[in-house]
Amino acid sequence: MSNNSASSLVIAQKAVKQLRLEASVRRIKVSQAAADLKTFCLQNAHKDPLLMGVPSSDNPFRPPKSCELF
Amino acid sequence: MAAQEVQPSETIAKLKSESEALKTKLEEERAKLHDVELHQVAEKVDPLGQFVMKTRRTLKGHGNKVLCMDWCKDKRRIVSSSQDGKVIVWDAFTTNKEHAVTMPCTWVMACAYAPSGCAVACGGLDNKCSVYPLSLDKNENLAAKKKSVAMHTNYLSACSFTNSDMQILTSSGDGTCALWDVESGQLLQSFHGHAADVLCLDLAPSETGNTFVSGGCDKKANVWDMRSGQCIQSFETHESDINSVRYYPSGDAFASGSDDATCRLYDLRADREVAIYSKESIIFGASSVDFSLSGRLLFGGYNDYTINVWDVLKGTRVSILFGHENRVSTLRVSPDGTAFCSGSWDHTLRVWA
Repeated sequence: MSNNSASSLVIAQKAVKQLRLEASVRRIKVSQAAADLKTFCLQNAHKDPLLMGVPSSDNPFRPPKSCELF
Repeated sequence: MAAQEVQPSETIAKLKSESEALKTKLEEERAKLHDVELHQVAEKVDPLGQFVMKTRRTLKGHGNKVLCMDWCKDKRRIVSSSQDGKVIVWDAFTTNKEHAVTMPCTWVMACAYAPSGCAVACGGLDNKCSVYPLSLDKNENLAAKKKSVAMHTNYLSACSFTNSDMQILTSSGDGTCALWDVESGQLLQSFHGHAADVLCLDLAPSETGNTFVSGGCDKKANVWDMRSGQCIQSFETHESDINSVRYYPSGDAFASGSDDATCRLYDLRADREVAIYSKESIIFGASSVDFSLSGRLLFGGYNDYTINVWDVLKGTRVSILFGHENRVSTLRVSPDGTAFCSGSWDHTLRVWA
């Protein structure tokens, strides 16, 4: 059954190599990451139509179809 | 070379224990930086008010379950695909059908609009991804111009054009993702690492470089380098299949929706899960997720026919939307963020704003 053990070996080697790569990733603290996510949300909030709601006249989906001119 | 005979099983055992040790180390390193929860950082942020989101358009015309949809960059056209093999291009403003193609297979699980708006890609049980150029001539038979691009050895679960009409990224039930050249059909890169069907993928916003995230039946979400084919980060906290993944608009995080009835947020720079969006009352899987433009809202389509809207920062649900009469299978926010569209097993698509 040497074929089986040879391929299991290769698979195991790949797994270890992959884990070594993932373990070496540079990470920042959650507090820093979370602060950046929060900042991004707040800075872009005013540009977010679903968040802010836009007046019916500006949102092409809001006026009822019957108002379409064609 | 007659070197000393080392039993493969001994080496495998050593590698396995090194694997376990590395996994433990990975968790320890991640835990060291887990100094706070996202919702704690967001405590002082103003809570969101009441949302009034309603169905503004209902797109009827599919003869069976809608499985996938995508917006055109022009913010008004939509392509959708269905179990009955039909792919339809709609004008969402007027609800008119502009094009319809019948695929040679049923269960067209994936469809995508090309960035130029001039073509659509789709595939499913045929194990392929095909591109159809859209003609201005309504009488032209679109099927005649069809170009087969991707070939997998199992069903196509998702597809997406990259920044141009020239390349397509696909994911498949065969456990791999792949990048293809549309013109030649050539395989440019393949991505191996999932241990089971890959169900979804999303490309990073163009400013953040050449990566994409995929989610699969192995409960893992993997982030890949498109050029090297390498998996650069992997997240395994879901308890069941991951049906949908979507990048946060800044590109620094991504959300996932799973059969375990939760949606989760993973931050790429902290390399860990930073939020879980769940409620005891939500027991059905989330099939599809997308962010509003600022990333503050996360929309999730669920198998219990509803759409839950989450406050991404605070982790709370801000709204629940009813309307579909069967599972919500697909959901995307429009390119300018003014609306979002959901597709369902009830054969319809709804545009909400």
